[in-house]
Amino acid sequence: MNHTRRNFLKFAGLTAAGLCVASAGSVMAAATAATEKASEKALQAKRWAMVIDTKRVGTKETIDVLAKACHAAHNVPDIPGRQNVKWIWAAGFDEAFDQPNNFMDESLEKREFALLCNHCASPSCVRVCPTQATYQRPDGIVAMDYHRCIGCRYCMAACPYGSRSFNFMEPRLHLDLAKLNKEFPTRMRGVVEKCNFCVERLAKGKIPACVEVSQGALVFGDLSDPASEVRKVLREHYTIRRKPALGTEPSVYYII
Amino acid sequence: MKLYNGGKIITGLVIFLGLFLTPLAYNAGKAAYSQPKLKMPVNEKECVESKDFMRTKHMQLLNEWRDSALRNGKRVYVNSKGKEFEISLQNTCMKCHTNKAEFCDKCHLDASVTPYCWDCHIQPEGLKK
Ligand code: SF4
Ligand code: SF4
Repeated sequence: MNHTRRNFLKFAGLTAAGLCVASAGSVMAAATAATEKASEKALQAKRWAMVIDTKRVGTKETIDVLAKACHAAHNVPDIPGRQNVKWIWAAGFDEAFDQPNNFMDESLEKREFALLCNHCASPSCVRVCPTQATYQRPDGIVAMDYHRCIGCRYCMAACPYGSRSFNFMEPRLHLDLAKLNKEFPTRMRGVVEKCNFCVERLAKGKIPACVEVSQGALVFGDLSDPASEVRKVLREHYTIRRKPALGTEPSVYYII
Repeated sequence: MKLYNGGKIITGLVIFLGLFLTPLAYNAGKAAYSQPKLKMPVNEKECVESKDFMRTKHMQLLNEWRDSALRNGKRVYVNSKGKEFEISLQNTCMKCHTNKAEFCDKCHLDASVTPYCWDCHIQPEGLKK
């Protein structure tokens, strides 16, 4: 046989193809017969939601209790000033609901509202994230994969509720390292973070940390189930949501 | 046949070969690489998969674990023998491997890789300022 360029290329191509198949095969063979599944203990829902009784948690102090529990559970740093990181915080009526009223009754005028990510049914933050670092789970929770966040802050611009915080600096510098929750990670400089509706606790059968310390003032449950506790509370009380006109369909309701 | 600029070419080649072979010369006579001695967990004999699998594939496994837990909400790993584990770096891996310096770091240093797990995940020893 003549040693032509054509023959050489054919042979080289075959060898390369063979190598590919062989290495792919060995990778496949190494993959085990293992599987993943959800825990039987996990709390499940079609759409998680929260109802906050603002008559019962309506002051800075009471909301601080919720924030402390949440921030301790998730290693959220306390940074003084505008670079603060927050998952749940207190704000007045105007800031919370965008419906300024110059002749409001006194109790409402002074009331503080616990604000957090609304885990919107049509979350604008999810639509803009270029890396799908923030995404909506089938149970309605808008979650984040911090591994993927590139810190572009599109989500912060898109969220109409200010629910997201950016780590302008290394968060560990502002955490009490002796009191970290070692079951949960911290974040690093350059990523966005926000409330996660305590997915890691739901997966273990526990209700969110803020709900747990709220002594019943916060109710958590499945919005799609008419028999659920949240639906019962919603039937019995007058509630509003934040900025409903924007169409993001928040899953956090406020009893006024 | 005549080699134009032969002197320069051959000197160049010799210098190139010399540089090229320096790592060999540098390492000649040294002991061969041996795997570092890791501090193994005391109470547990077997990892979630075989030692061989873990040595070569733990990074792929952790990648899968992350997506499974975060994106698919599946936080229980059923291994090839049917045994179940919680999918969690901090709450499963590091509960047995309680010493990052004596376990993770050993191979990572040798292999000259710097995984960024610990930028966020808390190592079992805890963090110090
Ligand atoms: S409140 Fe903001 S961050 Fe939370 S889901 Fe809605 S748009 Fe996204
Ligand atoms: S900052 Fe992170 S989470 Fe937000 S849009 Fe950019 S990549 Fe996505």
